[in-house]
Amino acid sequence: MRHTISLLVENKFGVLSRISGLFSGRGYNIESLSVGETIDPLISTMTIVTSGDDKIIEQINKQLNKLIDVVKVIDMTELDHVEREMVLIKVAPKQEDKAEVLRLAEIFRGRIVDSSKTTYTIEITGDEKKIEAIIELLKPMGIKEFVRTGKIAIARQGIKKS
Amino acid sequence: MKMTGAEIFIESLKREGVKHIFGYPGGVILNIFDLLYEDKDLQLILTRHEQGAVHAADGYARSTGKPGVVLVTSGPGATNTVTGIATASMDSIPLVVFSGQVPTMLIGNDAFQEADIVGISRPCTKYNYLAKDVKDISRIVREAFHIAMTGRPGPVLIDLPKDVTSSKAEFTWPEITIRSYNPTYEGNKWMISQAAQLIAKSKKALIIAGGGVILSGAHKELKELAEITNTPVTMTLMGLGGFPGTHPLSLGMPGMHGTYYANKSIQEADLLIAIGMRFDDRVTGKLDEFAPHAKIIHIDIDPTSIKKNVRVDVPIVGDVKRVLTVLNRILKEDTKEQWDEVRKAWLRQIDVWRQERPMSYTYDEEVIKPQFVVEKIFELTRGDAIISTEVGQNQMWAAQFYKFDKPRMWLTSGGLGTMGYGFPAAIGAQIAHPNKLVIDIAGDGSIQMNIQELATAVINKLPVKVAILNNRYLGMVRQWQELFFNERYSYTHLEVVPDFVKLAEAYGAVGLRATKPNEVEPVLKEAFKIKKTVFMDFVVYWKEKVYPMVPAGAPIDHMLFEEKKEKEAKKLRAVK
Repeated sequence: MRHTISLLVENKFGVLSRISGLFSGRGYNIESLSVGETIDPLISTMTIVTSGDDKIIEQINKQLNKLIDVVKVIDMTELDHVEREMVLIKVAPKQEDKAEVLRLAEIFRGRIVDSSKTTYTIEITGDEKKIEAIIELLKPMGIKEFVRTGKIAIARQGIKKS
Repeated sequence: MKMTGAEIFIESLKREGVKHIFGYPGGVILNIFDLLYEDKDLQLILTRHEQGAVHAADGYARSTGKPGVVLVTSGPGATNTVTGIATASMDSIPLVVFSGQVPTMLIGNDAFQEADIVGISRPCTKYNYLAKDVKDISRIVREAFHIAMTGRPGPVLIDLPKDVTSSKAEFTWPEITIRSYNPTYEGNKWMISQAAQLIAKSKKALIIAGGGVILSGAHKELKELAEITNTPVTMTLMGLGGFPGTHPLSLGMPGMHGTYYANKSIQEADLLIAIGMRFDDRVTGKLDEFAPHAKIIHIDIDPTSIKKNVRVDVPIVGDVKRVLTVLNRILKEDTKEQWDEVRKAWLRQIDVWRQERPMSYTYDEEVIKPQFVVEKIFELTRGDAIISTEVGQNQMWAAQFYKFDKPRMWLTSGGLGTMGYGFPAAIGAQIAHPNKLVIDIAGDGSIQMNIQELATAVINKLPVKVAILNNRYLGMVRQWQELFFNERYSYTHLEVVPDFVKLAEAYGAVGLRATKPNEVEPVLKEAFKIKKTVFMDFVVYWKEKVYPMVPAGAPIDHMLFEEKKEKEAKKLRAVK
């Protein structure tokens, strides 16, 4: 089962290395990872998507907690939360498909951030399902390349899953 | 008044109560070594390899409970410490390792003797630091000692660039707070009372005690628990000495080379009280057939050890000593059971198993059996020596045939299984205990891995005794090849090289040899009398195997024993 884990870590040199080393050293997998500063410049938030059975997820959470630079571990999958990722998709559509590409971008509330004679680059933000959907829809139009960020997540305020 | 980084470093060590450092000099660490030259309070013990320095600091730490301190140079000096650091990490031993580093502006430039030791040691240290500013040195030292010694202990490495130790700053000794590091020491009260109830209800309870008992200093509390509830105790390799080995309730060691009765007890028990041990594969054998009838109480300071390998019914995260203190109080006051009556049948059954297959080997008149050497060492020292071992058959026979009644007398590389550990560890223990008898039980393969430390022992006048169980083979591997690879001894025959007696003498130590069983006791007695480093070359039977043995992947009640035909073999060739 996939789990999104949010970590509050000390913003120090080597922390990212120690955490990714923990995952690789113990054979856990990192499906995606994103990290950035928080309102406290000494603390960063890291969001990791990983997968495993209950026993493995429990071990992952405990091993992360054990690390000296990890301040808090929150398994977002257990909570009501908001998730987002962003993707930049460079499409090279045929002349007759160009209008459809622009329509899709609008439907998905994306923005064209670059255009050339042959390509459009679209920026889309959303949850995982939305990102998967737009990529599927644009594939037949001719995707040249795309770049995805890792997932970020934040708990919904005041509402917890029982 | 401004001090250099090197002076701040030395002052910080003194404030942490350090008296001994194990190390080896080099270019980038010369300024610190210069300060140590005439220092009256800090003594550096110069080893002959950085690996020896780390193992010596490790032996010092295990035998005293204090952190071991290491000082080495950059590049190869630092990389040579990695095996020793990994050894300490696997066994949770507090070490603080200081390595020199090239100046900060050269880091990342492939400079001379530069190594990314912080990167290399990251997976095997509890934490590590690169000191980038001279103002941070004292705080880093203070934090490092705190991290190494608290919670589940472990090695910490600090990298000291040359320009940082040459820069100047005011000395400060700040209070440290690490907001993200808060080990749990007090066990959950409700969980502890649940444990007490389970213990009271069980008919066939068994305590498995590991290294955590010794690290926590909880041997008194463990003895109390066992005696109040009349529960038998088995000690893992790392737990030997945590409970008296000669106590009637002691079952010896469990697992792959454990005693028959310890393994049978685990498989028949209805309650396992696991204290400061981590259910390593050497102890459990086949996991899904481990302790099939038992509920499990698991007391450990490290939450990641709990439910990692086996299902646990009552998990208690906390410091072993504190948890047992509370548990014992509850058991003494609240449960008024007639412990003796309840346990009678179980202890009787265990005695039957003890008679069925006691720890044994076949003594021979002509050829020295390695177990005989260990037995003699135990007898002559009255169980009161500090014993270190190397790894393999020598290690297993020492664990099986030497009974430890007190903690911190047993130094062995359990988790990593590092050959070459025992001799430098014995040196470290001798430095810490100058008036005790310290003996390394070694194999002919292992002793050659850090043989250069003979110089360290002799020059520092350390009367360490090394008992080499010389079977001319890489014994444990040869045993596996005999049992599972059709006696194809691939690259395990070490030949009769070197002449250990002459080798010891070349270093200025004393060399003795025994080739017949009746020579063993006189050699040991003479060695123990001489106040010098002594190598004893015991030429032992090459085909002896460690029994019982649970083959890898088998459940622990599937044990192999010495074949009857082996016992009856009359012609045993001593030398091969």
